[in-house]
Amino acid sequence: MTDEPLLRVSALSKFYGSRVGCENVTFDLWPGEVLAVVGESGSGKTTLLNCLSTRLLPSSGTASYRMRDGQWRELYRMSEAERRFLMRTDWGFVHQNPADGLRMTVSAGANVGERLMAVGDRHYGRIRATAVDWLSRVEIDEDRIDDEPRAFSGGMRQRLQIARNLVTGPRLVFMDEPTGGLDVSVQARLLDLLRGLVTDLGLAAIVVTHDLAVARLLSQRMMVMKDGRVVESGLTDRVLDDPRAPYTQLLVSSILQV
Amino acid sequence: MTDIATYNFAYLDEQTKRMIRRAILKGIAIPGYQVPFASREMPMPYGWGTGGVQVTASIIGPDDVLKVIDQGADDTTNAVSIRAFFKKVARVEVTTETAKATIIQTRHRIPEHPLNAGQVLVFQVPIPEPLRFLEPRETETRKMHALEEYGLMHVKLYEDIAKHGRIATTYAYPVKVEGRYVMDPSPTPKFDNPKMHRSPALQLFGAGREKRIYAVPPFTDVVSLDFEDHPFEVQAFDQPCALCGAENVYLDEVILDDRGGHMFVCSDTDHCEKRRADSTSPSWGGRAEGAGGGIGQSSLSTPTPALRADPPHKGEGKEAK
Repeated sequence: MTDEPLLRVSALSKFYGSRVGCENVTFDLWPGEVLAVVGESGSGKTTLLNCLSTRLLPSSGTASYRMRDGQWRELYRMSEAERRFLMRTDWGFVHQNPADGLRMTVSAGANVGERLMAVGDRHYGRIRATAVDWLSRVEIDEDRIDDEPRAFSGGMRQRLQIARNLVTGPRLVFMDEPTGGLDVSVQARLLDLLRGLVTDLGLAAIVVTHDLAVARLLSQRMMVMKDGRVVESGLTDRVLDDPRAPYTQLLVSSILQV
Repeated sequence: MTDIATYNFAYLDEQTKRMIRRAILKGIAIPGYQVPFASREMPMPYGWGTGGVQVTASIIGPDDVLKVIDQGADDTTNAVSIRAFFKKVARVEVTTETAKATIIQTRHRIPEHPLNAGQVLVFQVPIPEPLRFLEPRETETRKMHALEEYGLMHVKLYEDIAKHGRIATTYAYPVKVEGRYVMDPSPTPKFDNPKMHRSPALQLFGAGREKRIYAVPPFTDVVSLDFEDHPFEVQAFDQPCALCGAENVYLDEVILDDRGGHMFVCSDTDHCEKRRADSTSPSWGGRAEGAGGGIGQSSLSTPTPALRADPPHKGEGKEAK
């Protein structure tokens, strides 16, 4: 483990007019660490994620990222070309709805291969071999490689989206409710897969979810958000087993026991 | 008859021509970049070459000699009409001879006869954006051009190989111009792509409905996109032109009857007629018996009913490889 963080976020705020998206968020993220951001809908989780992934520009605050060469770069001062390059090489973004993150009208193989082609791979055989390898890693049969994602089930689409994001070996992955809309058995397999990939590849991830069970399974650390502010943060087990803020206590006690 | 005096020279008013020339100059300065321009209504429907006609009208002068081809042919409706149009509104000399023309307006072909410095080739373009069918948002495709993000173009070629085992795109085959912009060469067959590369002629592209002009200046690199293990290649025809015996030219299939009779003839009618008129040349004599069959060398620009009885190449391989 290095003793330097991967991402440093300081006093990040995003306002929509006079409304608060998220306010004064500060944290560090270390390599290989999974951070869960939980809270009810409208609490600013997704706004925060979009700001961090530079899909939105914040109203104030800074975020710095340690590039592969060890240089610290301030995200919101980078040019759009650099940000987009970062986005398709060193980062990944897993959307809640796979249709937002996939190209639904091109084959699964091309979906996985797109990032490789975007960074300049021009060898069909090699691209295809990589696609086959990644499909098998996310448990999609090789003979589905030429099918369009439209022909895939929800769980398969989500796994394909994950493969598409991880093919360039990113160091940081943003996930927005990666298991939302999936039934529980499919969710369980997906979580298993994600957990395996994150540990195997040493990925750092920021996972936004309203599902505390997902946070418990995937993350080492979590932040609880309410009305755009972070009300509590700490190790996942500590926060869930010994919630301090009244809102967190409410959240934890709201989990349905089966 | 409408009197010429009721029109400005070459139909468009001078201000419009200036605006279009400005767009053309910008296009030449940035090879392959799509320059927006204020496309005018023309006395013809969109899709019939309104972009090409506006470009031609802006660059034509009284001394120019105009040739217009449609799918390689000088005698189809579109070509005849546009030629007649400029004859009337600009009173310029028109020709069907590639070598004699100073401006060649074309729909979907580049003439077989090599072009020279000083000639201008004007393409009619239906959809100027090569990324259109992959990314429908114009705001996004412009950004992709600006940031040189062309991975998506290869996704299309990847899909071709995955589905058909080879790059099956045969027309509007994407090219990279001068190592920078990816450009749609308009729906010319990819057979013509290599002719664009370092061509001594100026190539201008006009899309009337889409309001875009782009250009390839003379001697500019135009490279067709491909994969290392699936390199770009043009169609090869397994037989020569049935009328003039030309090889290594682009052929059209002509259906002769409803019993499967068909023949392959030059798509470039001027090239074909020239070769047949010059039938004494040794290159023609050598190929005549194998290719031309029993067809008289008189002047068959289109197949006549007489051919139907005994079409050449009956039952031979149907298509190009």
